[in-house]
Amino acid sequence: MKAPLLSVNGLTIEFRSRAGTVHALEGVSLRVDRGTTTGIVGESGSGKSVLAYSIIGLLDRAGRVTSGTIVFDDRDILTMNEAERDSIRGRDISMIFQNPSSALNPIRTIGQQIEDVIVCHRLQSSRTAYDAAIEMLARVRIPDPTRRHRAYPFELSGGMCQRVMIATALSCSPQLLIADEPTTGLDVTTQAAIMDLIREQTTSRRMATMLITHDLGLAAEYCDQIVVIHAGQVVESGPTKSLFQHPAHPYTAKLVTATPTLDTRLEDLTSIEGGLPDLRRELPYCRFSGRCSRFEKACNEAPLPRIRIAEDHFAVCRRPV
Amino acid sequence: MTPHLEVTDLRKLYPVGAARGRSLIKRFFGPQHMLHAVDGISFSIEQGESVGLVGESGCGKSTVVRLISRLIDPTSGTILFRGHKIDDIPARRFSASPYRRDIQIVFQDPTGSLNPRYTARATIADPLRRLMRMRSRRDVNRRVSEIAEMVGLPIELLSRFPHQLSGGQRARVGIGRAIAVEPSLLILDEPTSSLDVSVQAIILHLLADLRRRLKISFLFVSHDLNVVRLLCDRIVVMYLGRIVEIGCARDVLSAPGHPYSKALVSAIPSGIQTNTTRGHLTGEARSPVDPEPNICRFFGRCPQGSDRCMREEPVLRPVNADRLVACHFASET
Amino acid sequence: MTANHSKDVGRIAYLAGENLLTSTALFCFVLLVGLAIFGHWLVPFDPLLSNASATLKPPSATHWFGTDHLGRDIFSRVIVATRLDLGIAVLAVALSLLLGSLMGACAGYFGGWTDRTVGRVVDTIMAFPLFVLAMGIVAALGNTTINIVYATAVINLPFYARVARAEVNVRRSTGYVEAAKMAGNGEFRVLAFHILPNVMPTLVVQASLNMGWAILNAAGLSFIGLGVRPPTPEWGIMVADGASYIISGEWWLFFFPGAALMLAVFCFNLLGDGLRDLLDPRRAT
Repeated sequence: MKAPLLSVNGLTIEFRSRAGTVHALEGVSLRVDRGTTTGIVGESGSGKSVLAYSIIGLLDRAGRVTSGTIVFDDRDILTMNEAERDSIRGRDISMIFQNPSSALNPIRTIGQQIEDVIVCHRLQSSRTAYDAAIEMLARVRIPDPTRRHRAYPFELSGGMCQRVMIATALSCSPQLLIADEPTTGLDVTTQAAIMDLIREQTTSRRMATMLITHDLGLAAEYCDQIVVIHAGQVVESGPTKSLFQHPAHPYTAKLVTATPTLDTRLEDLTSIEGGLPDLRRELPYCRFSGRCSRFEKACNEAPLPRIRIAEDHFAVCRRPV
Repeated sequence: MTPHLEVTDLRKLYPVGAARGRSLIKRFFGPQHMLHAVDGISFSIEQGESVGLVGESGCGKSTVVRLISRLIDPTSGTILFRGHKIDDIPARRFSASPYRRDIQIVFQDPTGSLNPRYTARATIADPLRRLMRMRSRRDVNRRVSEIAEMVGLPIELLSRFPHQLSGGQRARVGIGRAIAVEPSLLILDEPTSSLDVSVQAIILHLLADLRRRLKISFLFVSHDLNVVRLLCDRIVVMYLGRIVEIGCARDVLSAPGHPYSKALVSAIPSGIQTNTTRGHLTGEARSPVDPEPNICRFFGRCPQGSDRCMREEPVLRPVNADRLVACHFASET
Repeated sequence: MTANHSKDVGRIAYLAGENLLTSTALFCFVLLVGLAIFGHWLVPFDPLLSNASATLKPPSATHWFGTDHLGRDIFSRVIVATRLDLGIAVLAVALSLLLGSLMGACAGYFGGWTDRTVGRVVDTIMAFPLFVLAMGIVAALGNTTINIVYATAVINLPFYARVARAEVNVRRSTGYVEAAKMAGNGEFRVLAFHILPNVMPTLVVQASLNMGWAILNAAGLSFIGLGVRPPTPEWGIMVADGASYIISGEWWLFFFPGAALMLAVFCFNLLGDGLRDLLDPRRAT
């Protein structure tokens, strides 16, 4: 089996805050292979963005990695110094964000922003960077790229801005693309176009993509494998088909039935009681136990086992469905 | 029976080009550009019916919401509520009209629509005091507690401020505020779009339940077609200020008639069934400013298109017993 | 009982520690207000009593701040002047705040002609160098203390009007304002009961920061001879009197009133910063 491009092992992250220590992530492990799309699915506040930021090295200063490794292309990102991380960011690992209009610099033209990245990493002259920028704009299917090169972000729609962000992210041909809720706030037709564009680029460039989303339906369509996160813990991971046909963790099962599709009836739509536990408190082994209908005292008496459900499909639970 | 709400040829135009900033010459001699936010729509809602209004950003749904709820005045057209004309009461004075109580809105963003300095109790109590003339604190509190129970909000949360409540709890406060005065028409402006899917179902069930119990009519505005299908009897599809399709929700979503509706339905992530041929809409939408009168608004983005689309704007026409589509190709099938 | 008591003290200490700056400012503020109210009865000497045999004495055990050119005790005069200076500043700022916010709020909410009229008025005031305008107003209305209050209030109007206008304008189209209209609130109720409560914290903070400036303003006017007349003790006049004695070395005449001015301004600035934090409901736990 080929070595994965990215391998996160037992990542545990804490945040110092005035109200105490927030245990944001606990023992997160996952792997991402080249040419595939991995979905990180969870509610807002479950720690998905913290995971993304720690991989790209943009974790908030208040955050501390207390254990674990992040191995990218056989190197541990966490042991790198700032200069090495800077050289990786934008070139080998790229990221696109939510709210594209506000993620772009409002006082620089979109062409300049793409060129900035190219010049910074490939150290090309500004002339060739200009041509490369036009080419990237055309690649993400922005009409009339030569004219749009001079446009400012406020002149473009949300969908267009997201395309520009994708162009910026892909300009140095990264090996890993992290997409943090890239289509939240966009119209459904724009969402489809953007996601199809990302998928096309992933396969054509043999890139690995990590899609972070709270929308299970979106992940189902676009991801090859899905990792489900709840309150900073990975509860289940596996190939999309297997995960949907046999959701083993109670949380995954509930998420599946809570996501409406074109066939769901209102009566069948479920919800998940309670909310995420307070991450500042002392937490039990299973952070879902407060909301789980299958909970038993035995669940929290020891660290949870990692149970194999099917090929590459694992659930971290003592009483899987 | 008279429809609960009947909208005829409703239009809302906004002047653009910053009338203030233009030079005197331009202001008096140049043409005034108008943005056609809502450009002649007509539809109705029957008593107890739930109608979904879908379309993308810029299609005019938010403007329709504000026109029907009389927060803004229409440029032209009529709005009949229970047979009475309400479009001629100016928006500024509508708060004092007897109809104010009967039409309420559940707003989209619970965070922005709750006053940060008002507790949940004060938020729900405000319309009770203003519209139902409740004076005594005891009566008001009793009714607020009733409402809290109806929407599933624990009583102890009533003294909290919005920032101390979760997204789902804020959504309940917003719903409670809207139904407190017993309206007969409830407009829901994307009520679950900012909620996590784990909470969405609870709110949807709550809304369905309230509709049954209180016999309210709904105008459900959303961009999420799955959610609309769950709660709505009929669906109205808008594009660039016009209605392009009206029909029974289930039928429109399973067999859409207008190319735009088709694009909307095919854009929904279809789960694990990949490889659906998805026709992408090319290019960008036409400008809503001074639209050309004789071209179909969807022409250019539409996967289909003919000479007729460039010469003649399609009219909303019935294609069978309960479906209306505004497309030259639809009436031919 | 002792356990509860120490827990409360602990909590207060925690809150005080969290907001050390605000607590210090609050303490100074309370001190100043206390002096303003009770100063007259606490001072050892009559502030108006001249003593020809004890002129220009440096600070000593009897006269803590020394005496001035007429033999009056500077310490007593500084303490007693607190009431006048604070009073002028508070009145002026209150007037300014009330009138300015009202004008600004209406301009921001209703727009159109209201906005344009208020805009012109504000522009007119700001066209003048503000201190000169204040001088002009006092000179025109008459050389009395109440006119200093009016003058200071007028030149401060634009400040509040602009802040109020901007804050109200931003909130005019928020969801909760629409919801307030849906709840049956007319235009004025929306402005008064829904928008203003959210704008007030910003304005109160500005007012507090403004107080320091208002005190300086009043002192400045007195310094040049407008407004408060001798022998009334007032920090500005005292600094003016003391200015001519700097060269001859009698530093205590201007130093202590100057220090009092500085302390008061400093205190109000800190208070403003702290108030902003305290008044934000998002900080409530």
